[in-house]
Amino acid sequence: MPLLGRFFRNRRYDDIAVSIQEHIDERVEELMEEGMPRTEAERTARRDFGNVTLVQERSREVWQWQRIESLLADLKHVFRRLRRSPGFAVTVVLTLAIGIGANTAVFSVLNSVLLRPLPYPDSEQLVSLHLNAPGAPGLSEFRSELRLSPSMYFTFATHNRSFQSLGIWGPGTASITGLAQPEQVNTAQISGGVLETLNVPALTGQWLTAADQDSHGLGRVMLSYGYWQRRFGGDPGVVGRTISVNAQPRVIAGVMPRGFKVLNYDFDLLVPIALDPVKEILAGFGYRGIARLRPGVSIPQANADVASLINTWMDSWSNGPGTNPHWYVNWKITPALEPLKTTMVGGIQTVLWVVMGMIAVVMLIACTNVANLLLVRADARQQELAVRSALGAGRWRIARELLVESLTLGLLGGAAGVAVAYGGLHLLTAVGPVNLPRLSEISLDGRSIAFTLILSVSSGLFFGTIPVLRYVPSRERVALLGAMRSASANRERQRGRNLLVMTQVAMALVLLIGAVLMIRTFLAMRNVDPGFSGPASLQVMRLSIPETLVGDSATVVRMQNSIVDKLAAIPGVSSVGFTASVPMSGAEPGWDQIRVEGQNYLNENAPMRLYNYVSPGYFRTAGTRLIAGRDFTWAEIYNVRPMGIVSENLARELWGSPAAAIGKRFQELPTMPWHEVVGVVQDVHENGVDQVAPATVYWPSLMMGDPSAPEKLVVRRSVYFAIRSDRAGTQAFINEMQQAVWSVNSNLPVANVNTMQDVYSDSMARTSFTLVMLAIAGAMALALGILGIYGVISYAVSQRTREIGIRMALGAKKNELVWMFVRSALVLTVVGTAVGLGAAAALMRLIRTLLFGVSPLDPVTFTVVPVVLVAAAALASYLPARRTSAVNPVEALRAE
Amino acid sequence: MAKNPEHRDLFPGALEIMILQSLRLKPMHGYALVKHIKQVSENLLQVEEGSLYPALQRMLREGLLEAESGISTKGRPTRIYRLTSAGIRHLENEVVSFERMFAGFNRVLAAAKA
Repeated sequence: MPLLGRFFRNRRYDDIAVSIQEHIDERVEELMEEGMPRTEAERTARRDFGNVTLVQERSREVWQWQRIESLLADLKHVFRRLRRSPGFAVTVVLTLAIGIGANTAVFSVLNSVLLRPLPYPDSEQLVSLHLNAPGAPGLSEFRSELRLSPSMYFTFATHNRSFQSLGIWGPGTASITGLAQPEQVNTAQISGGVLETLNVPALTGQWLTAADQDSHGLGRVMLSYGYWQRRFGGDPGVVGRTISVNAQPRVIAGVMPRGFKVLNYDFDLLVPIALDPVKEILAGFGYRGIARLRPGVSIPQANADVASLINTWMDSWSNGPGTNPHWYVNWKITPALEPLKTTMVGGIQTVLWVVMGMIAVVMLIACTNVANLLLVRADARQQELAVRSALGAGRWRIARELLVESLTLGLLGGAAGVAVAYGGLHLLTAVGPVNLPRLSEISLDGRSIAFTLILSVSSGLFFGTIPVLRYVPSRERVALLGAMRSASANRERQRGRNLLVMTQVAMALVLLIGAVLMIRTFLAMRNVDPGFSGPASLQVMRLSIPETLVGDSATVVRMQNSIVDKLAAIPGVSSVGFTASVPMSGAEPGWDQIRVEGQNYLNENAPMRLYNYVSPGYFRTAGTRLIAGRDFTWAEIYNVRPMGIVSENLARELWGSPAAAIGKRFQELPTMPWHEVVGVVQDVHENGVDQVAPATVYWPSLMMGDPSAPEKLVVRRSVYFAIRSDRAGTQAFINEMQQAVWSVNSNLPVANVNTMQDVYSDSMARTSFTLVMLAIAGAMALALGILGIYGVISYAVSQRTREIGIRMALGAKKNELVWMFVRSALVLTVVGTAVGLGAAAALMRLIRTLLFGVSPLDPVTFTVVPVVLVAAAALASYLPARRTSAVNPVEALRAE
Repeated sequence: MAKNPEHRDLFPGALEIMILQSLRLKPMHGYALVKHIKQVSENLLQVEEGSLYPALQRMLREGLLEAESGISTKGRPTRIYRLTSAGIRHLENEVVSFERMFAGFNRVLAAAKA
């Protein structure tokens, strides 16, 4: 407000004061003229006039800009009071800043990952073509979903009535040669319809079309923005140029814009899937399907549509002569379409909601602590408030001031919290699982800021209302307040704080139990033998030998063998081998049935087995134990001896014991040669230690494919080399590996260079992330809870000094007094713990899916945590209670 | 400000009218106003101080009154309130509308008796 206005207003206020003063003076004189003594006249005049301050305030309000001015005055008052107790102000603001900041950070993640729409136009129309096959044994226990075969894609794309477009895709790799060094890049193999479904226009050039997927057609590729920048410096003239992909010339059709991903998959190159509608068969369930619903079509309608197409699919295609296309009826293939967002967000949803819930509880505990501090503060002001009330300050007036104070604290905490959240987000994206979906989209946006504001205001109201309810006196209590002055303990007051402490203990207990359950989960997972050992000294790298580079299968194996020899010659390497798939890498080579010699498979729906292909020496290198029999030898590989190694669980299932399996024979199809079991290895947890180890068949890396053409051998061209060395992971070692590979063929790029430890840690990332978050939340809760107990007991001691003095004067022993306080804290803790145990028992069910190897009601956790909490509470109360022994009874009684 | 049960609440605007009318006779300070209204109404009406001072400020803000420094009957400094020409106009308008209201009021009462 301008200075001049203020000046006039102040004169106005003086005028009012002068008028009222004169009014009362005149009345006094009149009364005295009537014969009343002065003192009595003054009292009567004041009583008749009423509340001078109130009348003045109301008269002034006429001039004020609504009520803002008195609010500003309150605010000024609040800041003055906070400045006078900086310790209190800093404690509260910091507590709130951490609480609000943590909540804002987690909310931002939740908002970015779960709430915001996907970065595609009209993304609510997008669905993933999820199929279930509960009747496919082996597969259904291991994975809930059946992927799509190209023939399904053709059928669905042609006959559906529900979709604007649909397509299939899968991740892959390709070697790029001729640009700089040969390079292995990540590709997304896409059918026609994928880009139309996602509907993000190309940055330059055009989309790949259905014409590209024709195996005899154009076969163009598209670049990602990142790859375009990295390899072509963002050259706009790149469209139309030819690059060599897997040694095949491909024309660049266009570049996709920055940030475009196929779902969560960050590719370098979009490559069309080469399809030949004439040659496709029913099988080949390797692709993920996505589709865009027609407007107005619901997911159940689309499900019904696809369900009817499953029959059309079986009618239209076959697996070759002599096979029954309707055999797949046994698999009970049913569509279970889901919003694309659900697929992309996946299991992280539960984790994020759990973390959000926990952080919110920490916030509640923090607010409770602040409420406790405010109660103590209001207690100290009790006299002042009583006096003001007696002078006629309205209840609302006092309540408003207390609320303005707590709201100010809340908003200050919120402002500081935004800074904390900003830092916290960086921390979170750093410690968060690398495979956290939509990680790059996480940011503080308007919604996060609005969330912070709401949280600040509501927490301010929450912890502000408690002292208001306790301390703003009702008319009846005004008179009583004065009498409370010398009361030793005010039970009603104490009860309020006790309730808060019990709530805190209960909430802290819930969080601690959650944290301990996660720790036990982590330990249980660590205790599972993953099927390999010493992951930190196991280096893996992926290498592909494209058909265009080396045509003959036997030559490929010889090349792989010489790479093994070169790698083994690197100093410090103890053994080397390769496999089509290393565990937990997400690259599954495939699933199929096997037929065991001596069994009739005519009408049986045989279980699906995981297929893997290994070189001699792979198991020794990876540390996968041989249970029975022996490894393959190179001589056997080159001789294409029909043999195999099976996992222990498969050996037990088929032949009863690992030893009994040796020498038994099995085949892939009736037309294929019988393979003899030469070895049995321990079970390998292919998809992570918390997942079932699938029954696995290990084939030799070179096999006969079609018995009618025995000279045509089948080989794995894309394999992971495993190298055992103490030098694993160092850059020098990786360079030497690259050199070793190039010394065999300089056109071979390596990719996915990792130690097995990285792969292993990534597979545990979700658990360790949840664990870290829960541990932080649990530790904060414990610290705040203990602080709460300490504060309450310490305050009780200071308030009851007089009582302690009397007790001591009457002969109470010091130990008994200390025990009296500790006991009261223990009662609170035990009650809080009991409540917390009940709540934890109910709430831990919610995190059941995150637990492994431990029950949500794990008795050890549910015993140890309460004991620790009670012990901590005893300590937290003992420290302040000990101060009673320092009380000098004489001084204590004189204190008031 | 205990309310005296003998004095019934005045209807809205009544206090303003009485203040304006009283000040039309002569400028007065607050206490004099209270006494004046009490005397003229022969103790039937009593102005509450709790309402008087805010009402005076309201009318000052609306420009119906002016306040000037002056001396009270007892010779002490106080504020004397005086009607402005806007105040006079406002009073006349209000009196007309009040009279109309009373006339209507009386008719309704008379009809009820008949």
